[in-house]
Amino acid sequence: MTTSTEPIVELKGVAKHFGGVQALRGVDFRLFPGEVHALVGENGAGKSTLVKILAGIYRPDAGALKIGGEVVELRSPTQAQSLGIAVVQQEPMLFPDLDVAENVFMGRHPRDRFGRVDWKRMYREVDQLLASLGVSLDPHTPVQGLSVAEQQLVEIAKALSLRARVLVLDEPTAALSPHEVEELFTIVKQLRERGVAILFVSHRLEEVFAIAGQLTVFRDGTHIITAPVSEMSTEEIIKHMVGRELSNLFPKGEAEIGEVVLEVRHLTRPGVFSDVSFLLREGEILGFAGLVGAGRTEVARVLFGIDRAESGEIWLKGKHVQIRSPQQAMESGIAYVPEDRHQQGLVMNFSIAANVTLPILQKVSRLGLVDPRREQKLASAYAGQLRVRSTGVEQLVSALSGGNQQKVVLGKWLATNPSVLILDEPTRGIDVGAKSEVHRIISELAAHGLAIILISSDLPEVLAMADRVIVLHEGHITGEFARSEATQERVMFAATGQDEML
Amino acid sequence: MTTTSQEVERPQQRSQLSQMRLLGLVSRVRELGLLIVLLLIILVVGIQAPRFLSINNFEQILLSVAILAVVAVGETLVILTRNVDLSVGSTVGFTAFVTAYFFKELPQSNLLLGILLGCALGLVLGMLNGLIVSFGRVPSIVATLGTLYAYRGLVFIFAANTTSQVNASDVPVSYLALATTQIFGIPALILIAAVVAIIVGYFLHASQSGRQLYAIGSNPEAAQMIGIRADRLVFGAFAASGLLCGLAGVLWGARFATVDATNATGLELQVIAAVVVGGVNIFGGSGTILGAMLGAIVLGTLENALNILNISQFWLQAIYGAAIIGAVVLDAFITRWLQRSILARRKNV
Amino acid sequence: MKQFIALLKTWEALLVVLLLISIVLGSVLSPYFLSAFNFYAITSNIMEIAIMALPMTLIIIVGEIDLSVASVLGLSSVVLGFLWERSNSMTLAIVVALLVGIVAGYINGFLVTKLALPSLVITIGTLALFRGLAYVVLGSQAVSDFPTAFTNFGFSPIPGTELPWSGLIFAVLAIIFAVVLHFSRLGRQLYAMGNNKEAARFSGINVSRVKLWLFILSGLLAALAGVIFTARFSSARPDNALGFELEVVTVVLLGGINIFGGRGSLLGVVLAIFIVAILQNILGLENISGDIQNLAIGLLLILSVLGPNLARRIQVVISRRRLAVGSSRQV
Repeated sequence: MTTSTEPIVELKGVAKHFGGVQALRGVDFRLFPGEVHALVGENGAGKSTLVKILAGIYRPDAGALKIGGEVVELRSPTQAQSLGIAVVQQEPMLFPDLDVAENVFMGRHPRDRFGRVDWKRMYREVDQLLASLGVSLDPHTPVQGLSVAEQQLVEIAKALSLRARVLVLDEPTAALSPHEVEELFTIVKQLRERGVAILFVSHRLEEVFAIAGQLTVFRDGTHIITAPVSEMSTEEIIKHMVGRELSNLFPKGEAEIGEVVLEVRHLTRPGVFSDVSFLLREGEILGFAGLVGAGRTEVARVLFGIDRAESGEIWLKGKHVQIRSPQQAMESGIAYVPEDRHQQGLVMNFSIAANVTLPILQKVSRLGLVDPRREQKLASAYAGQLRVRSTGVEQLVSALSGGNQQKVVLGKWLATNPSVLILDEPTRGIDVGAKSEVHRIISELAAHGLAIILISSDLPEVLAMADRVIVLHEGHITGEFARSEATQERVMFAATGQDEML
Repeated sequence: MTTTSQEVERPQQRSQLSQMRLLGLVSRVRELGLLIVLLLIILVVGIQAPRFLSINNFEQILLSVAILAVVAVGETLVILTRNVDLSVGSTVGFTAFVTAYFFKELPQSNLLLGILLGCALGLVLGMLNGLIVSFGRVPSIVATLGTLYAYRGLVFIFAANTTSQVNASDVPVSYLALATTQIFGIPALILIAAVVAIIVGYFLHASQSGRQLYAIGSNPEAAQMIGIRADRLVFGAFAASGLLCGLAGVLWGARFATVDATNATGLELQVIAAVVVGGVNIFGGSGTILGAMLGAIVLGTLENALNILNISQFWLQAIYGAAIIGAVVLDAFITRWLQRSILARRKNV
Repeated sequence: MKQFIALLKTWEALLVVLLLISIVLGSVLSPYFLSAFNFYAITSNIMEIAIMALPMTLIIIVGEIDLSVASVLGLSSVVLGFLWERSNSMTLAIVVALLVGIVAGYINGFLVTKLALPSLVITIGTLALFRGLAYVVLGSQAVSDFPTAFTNFGFSPIPGTELPWSGLIFAVLAIIFAVVLHFSRLGRQLYAMGNNKEAARFSGINVSRVKLWLFILSGLLAALAGVIFTARFSSARPDNALGFELEVVTVVLLGGINIFGGRGSLLGVVLAIFIVAILQNILGLENISGDIQNLAIGLLLILSVLGPNLARRIQVVISRRRLAVGSSRQV
């Protein structure tokens, strides 16, 4: 492993905010040629923001960026590419109708002396590229038919053809099988030998240990530590990732836990999750912890009728139910506050009132016509209860802050009078003040007898709020902890698929 | 233990490779499928009516679709970029009328001049479309719907101010000859269509810009990310479509002799049918000129077959419609079946 | 409700101004313009398009399109004539004609919702298919021997008024559609679907089923327009209303409905219908042929989208300059 002394990428005091949320707070970061540098941190730590800044997609609010020793202002992805930075995003950005070779060379096709596309040379070069990576992929294959792993390889081949000096891999192994991960690592090692600087963003600590030389931990948008991987242990890394005061969060009130409301038995969706079983009681908050892609949202989607499970049963209040659509889920008393409030939770062009009443229009209508006064009354009631800050329930939700938007989504689902409320990342992307308010609300709801499933990647949140925590890893339940037994380290271990910490 | 697992991996890899190659062939399958359909029609009809199988008849078929084919080439360029040009009928009608009128008023002028005039007019109309779509950011369906009306209106204004109709006797024989001459025994019209198809098909295959057209239609965001100038290319596609409509209009005037302001009304439907049946994806990103040509030929053969079998011509439109729907349904099923089998295979890995 | 009013401040207000301008223009250009007879002509000429524009509005709001409406009109007209000739029962003929519209709409809806195919291409296909079937049924013939009651319905005004019967039908339908779209649960759901299909689905709305019914409704109303058209011209022909679909889409878009869905009001569409009708009438009175009238319509269509786009672009440029000037001033 050869590392030179001059960093190829250097960030000084780089900061970036979105709305009210500070994604990066004045981070310094250095990347050297010929090293594999892992960037770890929880969801929301600022990793993907850093990646997007390097890719030229975002521009930092403050701080300086140096590439190859020169100060640059990255204005576009094209510019980043021309400076030798290649980024492989989690979702590959390829042309599905074209073949591998064209995807690698689009816009820069090799040409013959007449200016015509030299197909033979292109296929030959791509063949060579792929062979040098040890990959046996046919350049003629249309990208549409490729697996995610193979698509990533195409992106890497593209980076190579661009003579990239820096290769950023953003959660590359999320969708790969262990065998494919091995192949990827072989390639990464080769690139390292060639002097390419590789930034490896990942959750999976066992992979970090397998492939990385250096490690940087981000937390809450701050650079915590950079050290050689050989000098760190798993426990230390996890401590740096999660170590945070719990005191600024709203402590959960005591709620009386009642009858079993929801029973899930052996729910399976092949390729997504398998053999998921759990109980949920009135007044209980059940935390679903795990990494991105562990399958938690997927389970919720099945419970809400958006997707169907292949096998398994759902029992509500002692009765076996078939949930085939969101409508049926709502009739059964299940409500789901989705992950993505922009794409799934709210209609941005609608007012607060219109959003709140959307699933329950019949409650505010008479003879099929919406009664604006009843609508206002109902919406104001919920908006008031949840302390939504706005100019009134007629205000468009697009004008609200993230925290208030989330409260509107909450209000919408509370208005359906559910017995089971599933919350998917309810405090993602909202500021601390709003967060604690949402926590207060969740506690109160539980105190009133609502059964709650709290899906969250925010460990302190889960630990503070949940009566019980279920941990998922790659579609399986790997841990179940009562409130008293759950610690950050234990949950993290189960979430990353480690063996039980002794 | 490791050796056996490696041995198991490799045969799997190899079979995967050949399966991948097969997937690559699927895009060719469309053209193959069209040829098969064509052969089937020829067989079935040929048995019923042997005169269907004469060379003269095949020539008739090709002649009947030659002009349509020229327009279809331009339409393909536009559709590849995830747009659509509904104004082609009006553009062809306009250029046909103007060209015929030009030859009527100035019968002594150079044939080439008239041809260039028609093409130039088509080019201008196409560029106007391109401006509205690319730089005005008007969705192409709205823009070309509007120009379909507008250009047709312009033809009528032109006709009102000049003459309502141009007859065969009004224009020089040299112009009409465009439609009837033969070169090496093959009608010039067919040759022109073939040459246009080959040139544009080659352009799509061999030039950087041509390949970028595919990229724009396949994934507009990815295209933007790698710096492809989509607005310029889309403008170019519309301009080319207009130019080819201009050429088609010139040929139209020569072939149909009697030309008035209603010419080529509804042509856009036939063109889109040909292109869609020919395997060009309405969402862009895939499809070939060859496919579009085969689509036009299949539809032309169907029309000819109806004639020969003495089936009422009135079935023709219905058949066009059924062909479009059938093509889209078939494509959707094939795509979904493919995706499912790919996913299934991957689960076994 | 406040949202509704705020909306009125923009495109619809412009349309009202345009409508007033066109009325003034008409009365200035021709002494016949303000006559009762002309009012009757304006109205009766546009009613088929107006009726078809109502479901088209809903369909475009949810993000789809139905280009087959004029063909359904033609097909139902032909079926009407065919059955009348052979059964001598007008009632039967009308009922079956309407049924044909429902079936046609169902075919469209099935292909778009159950098979998840793009409505643009599918309805281009059914445009040809249904028109083609119309030709198959009647060929080059026309049926024109209709009972007096029927032709009176189509051609004569409502006794005591200068309003065509079709105008009354349209008025009733327009009110129903307006109430449904702007005041009912379904209307709210339609706007939700058009703005954010995912969120609508997540809110329990059965997007597929609603769209299916919209296409059926479109087919039914196109068939109704077919009955009216046949009565008005006293003629059932396969080429009835050939090309009308474009005018229907034009009045909807001109009315302010966004082609991508989620926005626009029915009031705007009604205003646009009358603006186009008056425009055509004025041009007709000036002896300008229908095809040239279409030129004006085409331009209107393009400008209705191009105008706001350019205005927005200019706004952005101005505000950017203002920012730059402002910041340089601060320095």
